[in-house]
Amino acid sequence: MAETIDQIFVLAKDRFLDLLGIVLPDWIILLVRILISIAVLLAVAPVVMMYMTWLERKVLGRIQNRYGPNRVGIFGLLQPIADGIKMLTKEDIVPKNADQVIHFLAPVVIVIAPLLVLAVLPFGRNMIAADLNVGLLFFLGVSTFGVIALFMGSWASRNKYSLLGGMRAFAQMISYEIPMVLSVVPVILVTSSLSTAAIVEAQLGWKWFIFTPWGGFAALVFFLCGVAEVNRTPFDLPEAESEIVAGFHTEYSGMKFALFYMAEFISTFAISGLAVTLFLGGWDGPAFLPSWFWFGLKTFILILIMIWFRGTLPRFRVDQLMGFAWKVFLPFTLANIFIAALWALLPYPKNFIADTIGITVILTLLQIFNRKETPKKRKYLYAN
Amino acid sequence: MSLPCAPTLKTELLEVSIGPQHPSTHGVFRMNAVLDGETVVKLKPVMGYLHRNHEQIAETLPYLANMPYTDRLDYICSMTNNFAYALAVEKLAGIDVPERAQYLRVMMAELTRLVNHSLLIGFLLNDLGAWFTPVFYAFREREKILDFFEAVSGSRMMCNYFRFGGVKADLPESALDQVRRIVRDYPRFLDEFERLLAGNEILKSRCQRVGILPKELAVNASITGPMLRASGVNYDIRKADRYSIYDRFDFRVPLGMTGDVYDRYYVRVLEMRESVKILEQVLKQMPEKGDILSAKGLQACRAPRMWKPPAGDAYGRIESPKGELGFYLVSDGSPKPYRYHVRPPSFINLTVLEDLCIGQKIADAVIILGSIDIVLGEVDR
Repeated sequence: MAETIDQIFVLAKDRFLDLLGIVLPDWIILLVRILISIAVLLAVAPVVMMYMTWLERKVLGRIQNRYGPNRVGIFGLLQPIADGIKMLTKEDIVPKNADQVIHFLAPVVIVIAPLLVLAVLPFGRNMIAADLNVGLLFFLGVSTFGVIALFMGSWASRNKYSLLGGMRAFAQMISYEIPMVLSVVPVILVTSSLSTAAIVEAQLGWKWFIFTPWGGFAALVFFLCGVAEVNRTPFDLPEAESEIVAGFHTEYSGMKFALFYMAEFISTFAISGLAVTLFLGGWDGPAFLPSWFWFGLKTFILILIMIWFRGTLPRFRVDQLMGFAWKVFLPFTLANIFIAALWALLPYPKNFIADTIGITVILTLLQIFNRKETPKKRKYLYAN
Repeated sequence: MSLPCAPTLKTELLEVSIGPQHPSTHGVFRMNAVLDGETVVKLKPVMGYLHRNHEQIAETLPYLANMPYTDRLDYICSMTNNFAYALAVEKLAGIDVPERAQYLRVMMAELTRLVNHSLLIGFLLNDLGAWFTPVFYAFREREKILDFFEAVSGSRMMCNYFRFGGVKADLPESALDQVRRIVRDYPRFLDEFERLLAGNEILKSRCQRVGILPKELAVNASITGPMLRASGVNYDIRKADRYSIYDRFDFRVPLGMTGDVYDRYYVRVLEMRESVKILEQVLKQMPEKGDILSAKGLQACRAPRMWKPPAGDAYGRIESPKGELGFYLVSDGSPKPYRYHVRPPSFINLTVLEDLCIGQKIADAVIILGSIDIVLGEVDR
């Protein structure tokens, strides 16, 4: 029974294809098999995005001592749909001096990347749309592509705030891409595979990489870089409301604006999903619940952490943001590759000791070298 | 080292007009900034979008009729605006204030300080990008104080509570309990607020060593209030003038060391704690019963259009939450002031904005503006 529920989506797809197979030739079945995966992803992603906005508003509301949406439907559950209708009916304003074509294309292009990367995420046992042998590389490569659309939008808007936002976005994405990729390298090193499905399989049976010394820190760096990569607080400089109004999407309204948000939320989901796949054992979990449930739960927890960040943390400044990537993350992730290599080379008790020593040394060094930038505690005097 | 393509690359400074419609200019304020990348090279404040002829209007009205107009100066602290204006007129006409009214006045002024400072810290964090969370917590506490103001004066923000020679009305039945509850709970809120914010590494690294206001510049530009004290100058009008009955209370004046945004933020936190102390003493010392309006004051308030102060001039000033708030009045013996002038702390504190911002990043300019603590109603008048 548990097996059936675990594989329910896979079985449903097979049964459907079997039925089609009675009337249709094989090559069409092959095509339909691919199309079904695509259709499911395309249908699920916007729904996930819509309910993530609902979840974010609800959780932020609780953090901020208020209720959040509760007027439309029970618990405000229909709020995302109301929002969608509102966005669709809004006037689409294009600035007079904007580059019309690129201004139009940017929001269209920006959703492509986050939708594409969903294809290589293993949502459960046997539930992966395309098990590429370079899946990880595909994910990292394609997700970077979003920044181009972002810059298209900011450049074509002919707005100074948009331009500032676009430049910040470009600098930030490029800087954080490097430690992000480097933090993934240890995983590839240990599993000797780039396929996401294979990475999950290597972690089956509670051998999640987050429980190893190198994996714990790599997961932290990867997650923080991921937060920076999808422009969320405290790294939301490209759309810093209090500084540059809305950054790159200042000049967008209606559905185009919604598309920017859709891209952001789907990327958030995708990055959380990849973090789960790489470090948190993917769909691995106690067998009494189906694998896709475990994947969903872990992703959900990571998303909640991001929302928690947003509700509590102020924003970094540009130079601090860059400093963080280049002075802290980059050296650490480079060292982490060697630490992970030690883990893979040495037998059990020895590798644990070697890793602990290695991490302590690198963290101490980072603290010493960044001492100038660490804030101080202050004393205040009183006059009578 | 110059890049090989440098001669062909033409770079320009970017002129950005921040405001008057901008999420974090605290109203309709505008800064014309010239940016080199992200760094501010030049910054000119543009004011006047909310100018409403406050001083001219006041000169066409009887003295008392102007009291509600002062509410609208700094619309977050209407009580202290009333206070300063009442003080000026009392000086002009030599009106005395009864004991209980004095205590009520100090109570209102200190509660206003709590409102202003907690709100300011919330909005400063908002400027820093902590998306509204601190603001909502500050609002929760502010609401309790506003409820008290409403119970006392009938209005939450535009209180219009002070009269020449006293206050408008005595406290209603249970209002004192409300204050007791506020005074009891406020330190806990401040502790919570501080635990959430003061230790935050991002807040520290964003605010420390940003927008440093040197002592000399602060004094030369006649900066007042928490901003001056954050730069380490010991000047508090409550101590210097000892107006009203501030000489009866035991409180200290917190001073900053460096005068950066963090000091300006933290001095305000410490000031709130001192305000709570003053409020505790007020509650202990306040007489149970007593007049709230003196005989001379009653005269001035009963027939405002007929009441004529003697010819002369007077300057009444108080330590408002934002700094020195002063009203200068010239009387020619008629029922209307001949000249009425406001010395608004926000406006004068704002004059150093450019000095603070040059060389900082654009994100810093926003928090520097936030830490100056301006209210546009007062800047533009």
